[in-house]
Amino acid sequence: MDLYEYQARDLFEAHGVPVLAGIVAQTPEEAKAAAEKIGGTVVVKAQVKVGGRGKAGGVKLAKSADEAQQHAEAILGMDIKGHTVHRVMIAQGADIADEYYFSILLDRANRDYLVMCSKEGGVEIEQLAVERPEALARVSVDPNTGIDAAKAKEIAEQAGFPEEQHEQLAHAFIQLWTVFSNEDATLVEVNPLVKTGDGQIIALDGKVTIDENAEFRQPAHSELVDEQTEDPLEAKAKANDLNYVKLDGQVGIIGNGAGLVMSTLDVVAYAGEAHGGVKPANFLDIGGGASAEVMANGLDVILGDEQVESVFVNVFGGITSCDAVANGIVKALEILGDSATKPLVVRLDGNNVEEGRRILEAANHPLVTTADTMDAGADKAAELAHSARTDK
Amino acid sequence: MSIYLNKDSKVIVQGITGGEGTKHTALMLKAGTNIVGGVNARKAGTAVSHKDKAGNDVELPVFATVAEAMEKTGADVSVAFVPPKFAKDAAVEAIEAGIGLLVVITEGIPVQDSAEFFNLSLTKTGADGKPVTRIIGPNCPGIITPGQALAGITPSNITEAGPIGLVSKSGTLTYQMMYELRDIGFSTSIGIGGDPVIGTTHIDALEAFENDPDTKAIVMIGEIGGDAEERAADYIKAHVTKPVVGYVAGFTAPEGKTMGHAGAIVSGGSGTAEGKKEALEAAGVKVGKTPSETASLLREVFKG
Repeated sequence: MDLYEYQARDLFEAHGVPVLAGIVAQTPEEAKAAAEKIGGTVVVKAQVKVGGRGKAGGVKLAKSADEAQQHAEAILGMDIKGHTVHRVMIAQGADIADEYYFSILLDRANRDYLVMCSKEGGVEIEQLAVERPEALARVSVDPNTGIDAAKAKEIAEQAGFPEEQHEQLAHAFIQLWTVFSNEDATLVEVNPLVKTGDGQIIALDGKVTIDENAEFRQPAHSELVDEQTEDPLEAKAKANDLNYVKLDGQVGIIGNGAGLVMSTLDVVAYAGEAHGGVKPANFLDIGGGASAEVMANGLDVILGDEQVESVFVNVFGGITSCDAVANGIVKALEILGDSATKPLVVRLDGNNVEEGRRILEAANHPLVTTADTMDAGADKAAELAHSARTDK
Repeated sequence: MSIYLNKDSKVIVQGITGGEGTKHTALMLKAGTNIVGGVNARKAGTAVSHKDKAGNDVELPVFATVAEAMEKTGADVSVAFVPPKFAKDAAVEAIEAGIGLLVVITEGIPVQDSAEFFNLSLTKTGADGKPVTRIIGPNCPGIITPGQALAGITPSNITEAGPIGLVSKSGTLTYQMMYELRDIGFSTSIGIGGDPVIGTTHIDALEAFENDPDTKAIVMIGEIGGDAEERAADYIKAHVTKPVVGYVAGFTAPEGKTMGHAGAIVSGGSGTAEGKKEALEAAGVKVGKTPSETASLLREVFKG
């Protein structure tokens, strides 16, 4: 999960990373009060999980609290690359003498962590990495030792900072490592990390991504979820422990196993090319358990998407046997009753498939069609979605 | 022959007394696996009852530690069915004990835990300078050498032994592909897992299949996220002489959304299925649009 800048700032502060005052506001009035509290010149910053907000007009300097209120008025509700601004952060103005770049991230290829650091901050780091790679220090960090004093010094040296700055920078690097490590982050980025006119090192803007698998030991992280921008169907699915991602399409998808479900989406999209361009409506992985309850909850979420015209259930019975899956489907339709209104195409294969197909045939539910292969099932589901759409 | 696992492998199960451990110990035995015991510190000294492939009763001893299990049974493979909270400790224990192959099935392990135990494994090297413990997973179905042994949760009744080697990030997609090609059969099928940090990679498996005389062709299944497939493509071009057929899942995945597997995410335009397909094709790998088309491409290889 990506955090907002103000959430990153709060985590930085909690872990001793030097930051300036910052208060989040959801209304222009709150923004004014925050600016009054901080005092002096402030910056009104749109809180969106996307880059380029400065260029889009989402960051404004305000010399007074009234001005901060006016800027907040303009920025709140703004659309930045498809993200609506629901909050602004009122940040203390900084006297910037120099801008640097620092990040710690999970390096998937090397299976360790990578620190990137540059004396040239405040710019697009991807651009710097391409145009002047020599200006960007890359230092590997062993997950079992992290950033200690020696590693921090190594980073400062490699990035070419003068000796007299090493100690101060090392302190910031070590505290940022504490954020990364203690918060189960996969990314901690500071851009810019600044030196102020009076020589202080401050993290001025932060980006943090946290690992949702660490939820069990990070109880505070659940409060960082932004329910305001969460898709209502995704929120409903999450509440039912379903692995669901809403997409923009007409064919609802249920499958078991992340890889098979991703593949099912692709196969449906290909099949849709021949049926008016219908597309998969969602990703839903019901995992190993195909109980009636899980199936019913899944169908309920999918049918809550008004765009959906048909549903493709694609299950490979590995450990779970197909008769259990078939029974789950039949019972789920009983549970849903009249609220199940869209046609279901079911493709079962694998363990005990004959019995599974027999159960579906015996149930003879008017909404259910069976398919022998994944390709045929995808094609049938796409065809049904297309004809339903055309009939409207 | 096969890779990493065969009929002589002596397998222990970490978490043998738990629900998943019990269920899959039974299935692994049924697949012919030589399971020699299990580990659970709280139930050390007891035994669990199961049936082997022939239907005979077997009593599997439960040990306090992996080290003790290895000492008493000569085990060289461990399969861990341990909840995410305890998975790192279980992996560290197996690595410290010097097990040869550690298969971590668990889904949902914090990635920093995986990074820590994987890097620990790199520091425990043998006489050849290589890490003693090979890790498969986490968040994977494990490895099966049909007709010989299963260390994981792959259904053993899909197919028999044969000349295809398969390496995949996904479990059910592995089963689907084995099912599509069940008449030809597999030397070894390995699910390396869908997490951002995994032990054995596509490249490791490709190297092993290249060196395995019983493997005549390789199916490589990838999915969105990271650049493992792109790096595998480079490796294939430089080092693999056997025919490789590929499949990549996730063409329709939107940017910034995690698609089930923790590692399956397109971010900043990188890790896309299209990019991976192109990289593989540039390395001479035929890539199927669907699992069934991929299976057809593989059949072409055997038709000559």
